[in-house]
Amino acid sequence: MADPLTMLGQADFSARVQDMHKDYVLGGETVRALRGVTFDVPTGDYISIMGSSGSGKSTLLNLLGCLDRPTSGRFLLGGDDVSRFSDDELAEIRAKRIGFVFQSYNLLPALSVLENIEVPLYYSGRRTPRARRQCLELAEKVGLGDRLDHRPAQLSGGQQQRVAIARSLVNDPRFILADEPTGNLDSTTTCEILELLGGLSSEGRTIILVTHEHDVAEQTQRTIVLRDGKILSDERRR
Amino acid sequence: MTTWLRTIQLSVKNLLLHPLRSALTVLGILIGVASVIWLLAIGEGIGQKAQEQIASLGAQNIIVRTIKPSSDEVADGGYGLTRNDYVCLVATVPTIDEAFPIRVLSQEFRFKTRHFEGRLVGCTPGYAEVTALKQDQGRFITDADLDGERNYCVLAAESAVKLFPGGDAVGKKIMIDKEFYVVVGVMVSRAPSAGIGGSLAAEDYSRDVYVPITTLWRRIGDMTIVTKPGQFQRDIQEISQITLRVDQPSHVLQTADIIRNTLAQSHTLADFGVTVPLELIEQANTTRLMFILFLGMIAAVSLVVGGIGIMNIMLATVTERTHEIGIRRALGAKRGDITRQFLAESTVLSVAGGMLGILCGLACRPLSALIRSALERWFPVHMESLPDLIRTVQPVVVNWSIPLAFTISILVGIFFGVYPALRAASLDPIEALRHE
Repeated sequence: MADPLTMLGQADFSARVQDMHKDYVLGGETVRALRGVTFDVPTGDYISIMGSSGSGKSTLLNLLGCLDRPTSGRFLLGGDDVSRFSDDELAEIRAKRIGFVFQSYNLLPALSVLENIEVPLYYSGRRTPRARRQCLELAEKVGLGDRLDHRPAQLSGGQQQRVAIARSLVNDPRFILADEPTGNLDSTTTCEILELLGGLSSEGRTIILVTHEHDVAEQTQRTIVLRDGKILSDERRR
Repeated sequence: MTTWLRTIQLSVKNLLLHPLRSALTVLGILIGVASVIWLLAIGEGIGQKAQEQIASLGAQNIIVRTIKPSSDEVADGGYGLTRNDYVCLVATVPTIDEAFPIRVLSQEFRFKTRHFEGRLVGCTPGYAEVTALKQDQGRFITDADLDGERNYCVLAAESAVKLFPGGDAVGKKIMIDKEFYVVVGVMVSRAPSAGIGGSLAAEDYSRDVYVPITTLWRRIGDMTIVTKPGQFQRDIQEISQITLRVDQPSHVLQTADIIRNTLAQSHTLADFGVTVPLELIEQANTTRLMFILFLGMIAAVSLVVGGIGIMNIMLATVTERTHEIGIRRALGAKRGDITRQFLAESTVLSVAGGMLGILCGLACRPLSALIRSALERWFPVHMESLPDLIRTVQPVVVNWSIPLAFTISILVGIFFGVYPALRAASLDPIEALRHE
């Protein structure tokens, strides 16, 4: 509470990364995946993170997504220092404040489209009739209103990714993380998905997206390039 | 509450994704639970049967019998219980309410040309009640018959059929040991009583003829002579058996001791035995409990095997669904949520097994009858050689075995589900997401 940074964070930033380090121990050797990364993410920003493989972008995304804790440094999310949170507290942050979109969609194969969209409601404790109506609306919004009963296997990649986007929006998070969301899609579908994400950004949501492709990065407002666990460049487009 | 309902709903859904696998796991628990109920029911059935047999002797009774000592010990004066013993016991032991002496000997019975060898039982009017004999026609021996030492007799159902195949025995005169006795009644047929351990011989009532004991003493006397080829044996005995009824159940054991002491004073030979059904009931109870415990342990083993089946399947499921666990964790599931989900699945499996097992358990009566009749058809010889108790035992489902079996099945589900569930929950979300 007394921390001025925290107060400041609540006022100005959606998220703030301060000198974040992450080490892994792999086969007895310590791998330094992140070596001091610092940047601010203002509310509503649309950021792409680029870098060759091994540059630390997945590690960064895991930390931003509260799936992991940094070895040192701080990660402030809406004023909370998430890097000190317990496992359950992190789970709660993931459930209530973060939406995930993955490269391989990560839908549950046994569940229908609608049930997949509903999954996060189990964990945010908001499975009310109203929330379930919202799921229907989200399915309409991503253009799958007529396939509610389909299983993921019956859908194309683009459709699956749209289900995943709808799922990420269920708890109305301000913070959406996408890990190469168009990596498995053709160019037409990529455009559709990016349009969808652009729309979410213009709704005022913060979007951080990891990508390999410059075309995709160009659709975002800001690109952070990582190399060897450090920020190589951080450029704002418009 | 609704969280749990949803979790259970989800579990059922997940389990139905692999119907055969789930069904086989359920079968493991089903067999365990059903065998708990079955084995307890069979134990109870056998126990109840033994109890009934003993209880038919009367829990409030003490039975004193004459036992024939080895022949070289027998003096000329005879052996066994005497009229003096009877009088003495009734007069000196205050807790004895009633006493029913009998004298049993082998005799030939005749009516005109028909005859058969059977048991002549000299008894008192109370004998019918003590042995649960029921009157069919006429009447049983009365006090007046006893006091008058009358030549009246009552026939067992089978004896009546032997001498009077056309029925209508009452009023006829039959010959016993060169004297005529008027038939005053016929009894209802009674199943033989089983022997109990070494302490009481089995008794077959079907060839009986009952006369007042006083008449027997007077007309036939205490001495019987047995002649076999090359052998001539004299047998002197006054009373074969006395059934003593004690005033209160709590006095039975003490009274038995008093009787043993009293008789020991006047008997130098080991020519009497005291049987206390109450003691036998208590012994039978202990035996039954041990039996149930033993069967319960066997059943417990099968439940454990079923539980291991659950654990096995759940561990496989966790490995198979690692990716799903990663997705759920990323979407905000806490460790507890994952634990609960997998625990719910193992519990659903075991509860389903438990409920089906209870249904099978409840069907054990008709099913065991079916099995028995099938065995009798296919292996008649083997079945014939089995002891009566086993051949005729009716399983009795013990009430408490149902909640017990059900509780155990739930506990098995939880116990064997905890480890896989904890393992699922302890997976690192990032690792789990990368899996596959």
